[in-house]
Amino acid sequence: MQPPPSAPVFLERRSYRQRRMMDAIRLLPLVGLLLWLVPTLWAATDGDGVEPVRMSQAIVYVFGVWVCLILCAGTLWRYLKDSDDDVGTTESAMKTDPK
Amino acid sequence: MASINLLIAVCLIYVTFLFLVAFAAERAAAQGRGNWLRSPLVYTLSLSIYCTAWTFYGAVGYAARSGMEFVTIYLGPSLVMIGWWWFLRKLVRVGRTQRVTSVADLISSRYGKSNVLAIVVTVMAVIGVTPYIALQLQSVTLSLSIFSDPTGTTDGGMNLVSAGFWVALGLALFTVLFGTRNLNANERHNGVVIAIAVEAVVKLVALLAVGIFVVWGVAGGLSEMMIRIDNSEIGQWQVDGSRWTALTVLSGAAFLCLPRMFQVLVVENDDERHLHIASWAFPIYLMMMSLFVVPIAVVGLDLLPENSNPDLFVLTVPLSQGQGGLAILSFLGGFSSATSMVIVATLALSTMVSNHVVMPIWLSFQGHGATVSGDVRNVVIFARRVSILVIIALGYLYYRVSGGSGALAAIGLISFIGVAQFLPAMIGGIFWRGGTRVGALTGLLVGFAIWIYTSLLPSFGPDVVLSSTLLEQGPFGIGWLRPQALFGIKGIDPTVHAVLWSLLLNTSGFILGSLISFPKPLERLQGAQFVNVFAHSGHAHGWSGSAAQSEDLMVMAQRILGGPEAQKLFRREAQIQGHDRYLPEPTPDFLQRVEREMSASVGAATAHAMISQLVGGASVSVQDLMAVADESAQMLEYSNQLEAKSSELLDTARQLRDVNAKLTQISVQKDAFLSQISHELRTPMTSIRSFSEILRDGNELKPTEQTKYASIIHVEAIRLTRLLDDLLDLSVLENGQVSLNSARGTLADVIGHAVTTTQAGAAKSIKIDTSGLDHAIELHTDLDRLAQVFINLISNAQKYCKSSEPELSISALKTENVTCVFFTDNGLPIPIETHALIFEKFSRINDQDGSGAGLGLAICREIMVRLGGGIDYVTFEGGNRFEVRIPN
Repeated sequence: MQPPPSAPVFLERRSYRQRRMMDAIRLLPLVGLLLWLVPTLWAATDGDGVEPVRMSQAIVYVFGVWVCLILCAGTLWRYLKDSDDDVGTTESAMKTDPK
Repeated sequence: MASINLLIAVCLIYVTFLFLVAFAAERAAAQGRGNWLRSPLVYTLSLSIYCTAWTFYGAVGYAARSGMEFVTIYLGPSLVMIGWWWFLRKLVRVGRTQRVTSVADLISSRYGKSNVLAIVVTVMAVIGVTPYIALQLQSVTLSLSIFSDPTGTTDGGMNLVSAGFWVALGLALFTVLFGTRNLNANERHNGVVIAIAVEAVVKLVALLAVGIFVVWGVAGGLSEMMIRIDNSEIGQWQVDGSRWTALTVLSGAAFLCLPRMFQVLVVENDDERHLHIASWAFPIYLMMMSLFVVPIAVVGLDLLPENSNPDLFVLTVPLSQGQGGLAILSFLGGFSSATSMVIVATLALSTMVSNHVVMPIWLSFQGHGATVSGDVRNVVIFARRVSILVIIALGYLYYRVSGGSGALAAIGLISFIGVAQFLPAMIGGIFWRGGTRVGALTGLLVGFAIWIYTSLLPSFGPDVVLSSTLLEQGPFGIGWLRPQALFGIKGIDPTVHAVLWSLLLNTSGFILGSLISFPKPLERLQGAQFVNVFAHSGHAHGWSGSAAQSEDLMVMAQRILGGPEAQKLFRREAQIQGHDRYLPEPTPDFLQRVEREMSASVGAATAHAMISQLVGGASVSVQDLMAVADESAQMLEYSNQLEAKSSELLDTARQLRDVNAKLTQISVQKDAFLSQISHELRTPMTSIRSFSEILRDGNELKPTEQTKYASIIHVEAIRLTRLLDDLLDLSVLENGQVSLNSARGTLADVIGHAVTTTQAGAAKSIKIDTSGLDHAIELHTDLDRLAQVFINLISNAQKYCKSSEPELSISALKTENVTCVFFTDNGLPIPIETHALIFEKFSRINDQDGSGAGLGLAICREIMVRLGGGIDYVTFEGGNRFEVRIPN
């Protein structure tokens, strides 16, 4: 369907940034999922002579990803909260979806 | 060594403390001081009921058995929370706008408020959660037993089965007292939520304390701990990739579908912004809960004898090191995990059971009368209490039948797979408008059947429910129907197998069923509202309210909402409708609001059924259906065009009517004008004719008489000429053919010219006072025409001012846009009833001698309109005043 004629095709700089932050929020769980699926590629015990990954490394990796995701989510939340106060609610911005 | 009695005393004190906290919180909320009760922190902490006793004890056991695999149970929920934008945001919004009370309510409400669906989901949820409750019983019982026998190798002289019974009874009483304490059946429980938040802190602190003790107290630091981990029997990566993936997905799905998680995530949510904060805060909590799991497991494996139960390392490690206090704290943590889970889970389930199973049955027993007898709220509360007891009894039964011996994690996973079956119907319901009731029902039943067959029944062990031959060779020897190797695909891990097939076939059933069935109007309407919840959050379906009586509604609402709340609702509505009566009109809007309020207490389907009993069926209006269907957008467009066209036609017709009326009016005016003009012309013509006849025939007239008659003829001829001049003037002005010669000049000059002209040769003199005139006022207009207006006004005053000392004062006032000139005389005021006629043609007011034609003021008005200004008669005490407005 055609977008309503009143919707602008391009956004001003600030709304544009906010929109990209929303994209980042949407992307973040996918990044997390990919990173956390990496361990499935690791060689399990008794591989073909490949040294198995040690438990301490696995712990550091899994928890490292966790901390990074939390930090990213927290930062994005901060950003979105601040810009929400300026630009208006995200809902109104979401109704029409010009890029 | 802590005795059992000491532990029981500690538990009782702890429970009392929780009661006090809940009581204080509810009091604070009742007194309006409860803002802090609804903070993002409390919301985040309340989500921690995801971490049950399974998490508390079982995760360590899980880690001791299978290494890092335990962490998948936390990764899924973390991803769901971090990805809140995708699903939770919409789920919470839908839950809030539709006043959803449970998972069953959500699914039934989405698919046309179907009660069948609600019952199916409720039954599935009860069966699915039963193993989970058994798990809590088992962990509390085990943890109690460990204090009587620290090695955890034997039953330690305690009868685990009877201990389980007492624990179950205690938990049931606790939940009944806690969750259904007050008669207010609203679904938000301030007290419970705050108690859960406290318990969340207790269990986190307990687990962190044990972890810190293990890492720094036993192992001697972080790096030593890491070395110890690498050297332990779980020191190498040994996770099966398919299990890792399947469990991550499963835990994420269960996080959304577990009735208790739905309760805290959606139903108890007070502000959508809390969800944003929890999106990163809750992963922190999960991470901290799992941080020390591997160290505790490794140290437990090192320190404790071979055959000790790894599920209890959290308790046995501190005990073996002589840390009795830490062990009690840890026990409290486990106890907290179990109690909070059981409370919320049974509350959520009992709400579902009472709303979707008990209430409809009870209502059908009540018959179809408009009056609902008895206090419904008591029925609701009673149903809930009984449901709580029944659900916990079921859990106990499962615990007895499964022998209470399985590893905690395995039991928990069975539960997870069961509730994850709601996911396709939920996601499909929120994102896909094509999802139908038939599809949802098909998917749920298929998924649930496969879960029972491949996961639940085999969990009891061979020869309990399913015979070992059936497990080995399939039913009736059909190999491809073996419960743990469906379709002949062997070698898949049983959990992965169950997840894969149940969710796959469930989703397929949902999609296929939706594709081939056709939804009812209410389904389509609800579908549109759920999927487009951000576009229009309003309620669109309507009751046709004529059949419902406000009195009946009031009676019913009082029984469900409680007297004061119902009265408040009705009074507020009456005020909104704008009348003083006590009962509002049963408008569709109001009926909808009542239904929504009631659905918060008894669920959407029941509330809908109750209202429809009174109203006699919901009507889905044409407008609603328009809103439902995206595919009807074109139709809408077309109808809009038709509407526009029809309104255009209406407009044209109205204009035509107006023009016609005007024409008729003008025709009437024209006739009047003609008759008037002929009359005006006739009077002087008559006298001219008669006097000229006298002159012609009267030879014996004296010269003086001749002169007199001739001068009469002359005067009449002049009057006739003037009349014709005026008429010509007026017609030119009215037709807009007049050309204006704009020029600059002062107002004083124009008035001076007018005064001079009128006073020359005037029969009566009038005193003219121009002292109130500002000589500086400049004009830019047609000065000659303006002077004509002024001359007319002044000569009118001269002629008609009946006063012993006639006086005319001229003053002016200049404002931003307009200059006003006032002509005020001290004659007899014009009678009010003739005010409207002053500026009409041929209206002669105060003109007793009949010398004027009655056109002067009409000409003045025309001139002023042409000049862009105006002229008005202003009522004035002791005289007449004309106001001339000239634009600047």
